[in-house]
Amino acid sequence: MAMQGKSERFAVIALQHLDAAYNLARWLTRNDADAADVVQESCLRALTYVDSYRGENGRAWLLTIVRNTCYRWLERNRPSAITPLSPEVEAEATAAAAGTAGDASSPESIVARQCDAALLNGLIAELPLLFREVLVLREIEELSYRDIGAVLGVPIGTVMSRLARARGALKEAWLRRTMRGPSDGL
Amino acid sequence: MDCKDLQELLHRYVDGELAPDLRAEADTHLETCADCRRLVAEETAWQQAIHRAGPYYAAPDEVRRRIARLAGRPAFARPLWRGWAMAAALLLAVALSSGVTAYIVTGSGQEPLTQEIVTSHVRSLMADHLTDVASSDQHTVKPWFHGWLDYAPPVADTSDAGFPLIGGRLDYIDHRPVAALVYRRNQHPINLFVFPSDEADGAIRASVRNGYNIVHWTAHGMTSWAVSDVNAAELLAFAQLLQRQG
Repeated sequence: MAMQGKSERFAVIALQHLDAAYNLARWLTRNDADAADVVQESCLRALTYVDSYRGENGRAWLLTIVRNTCYRWLERNRPSAITPLSPEVEAEATAAAAGTAGDASSPESIVARQCDAALLNGLIAELPLLFREVLVLREIEELSYRDIGAVLGVPIGTVMSRLARARGALKEAWLRRTMRGPSDGL
Repeated sequence: MDCKDLQELLHRYVDGELAPDLRAEADTHLETCADCRRLVAEETAWQQAIHRAGPYYAAPDEVRRRIARLAGRPAFARPLWRGWAMAAALLLAVALSSGVTAYIVTGSGQEPLTQEIVTSHVRSLMADHLTDVASSDQHTVKPWFHGWLDYAPPVADTSDAGFPLIGGRLDYIDHRPVAALVYRRNQHPINLFVFPSDEADGAIRASVRNGYNIVHWTAHGMTSWAVSDVNAAELLAFAQLLQRQG
């Protein structure tokens, strides 16, 4: 009987949020076959740990497992994908984030230029993992700061600063590609 | 609130993450400040562009089917389980009435673990995820676990005795990652879960759960659980073989 309840609770959470799970895995692994493996492994873990689910946001709970499984998977299969941010990237993103509000020229031109979705999509995919995950959770998955914090296992203050830097890094990459031309930078 | 305050709160404002009082203050400022209104409009447009640009990767049908199967667990023969529970209850009733209780409740304290072992076994067969590392070579399988586990599971070569090694898999038992070694007897897969335990060394204990045979023993601080649908005698022979090799 207990097993049945466990399986049912797992079914409710996992099947309801399976698209979210796959979306995150796909963005983090950047590959369909890998995402399918990670989601499957995540769901096995979710089934095992479903007793630890205490009725909080089911999507955030499942995404936490997916995110952790992604990292373990990447460590095993793509160790280069999870190298820490280089000081240059870090500094650039921080500067870009700080400049966001003050530099009126960049956002305006972004809006004026009718963003090229494919380019933007590619630039998100190229962001360092640390930035990509927070951006995907916020802009694509539209999670609240609180839920993002739960998934990443960091306080809300960290979510905000990391999100600002991720957005800064993306803008910087976008400007580099569109304003200065593809031959420059990147 | 001035322009500088608003710029600092820009993301939180656009993300709808400001507390109501701060939001009201920001709105008041925005009513009178065209520069900040433009800033908010630009940031909103930028975020919408990202939202539109980033594809939402929905789970493919194949993934959905696999997970549904995992959740629905059709191979979990519920009637069998019920039948077993009923038989156990009946047996217990008989035992109680005859005053013989000591030997009926086998493996006391191990019941949840036994169930978990069987569930893992079933899951490994259902989810097409029998092995993470597929190899009949113990020297390939054993090192694979390095880095995944804080212990080195013994991996025996029992192919000569008719129990070829198929591979290994990382599994989760008792809230911890454990080594699952996969062997085969004819066409029957055998899952062998091996993990450290403070249980005292002991003889092989056999049980049946949901129609699966299970054997369990502890030696040198390592507990082994083998589970399979092979018959009880063969599984016992497998366990004895491993115990001798261990």
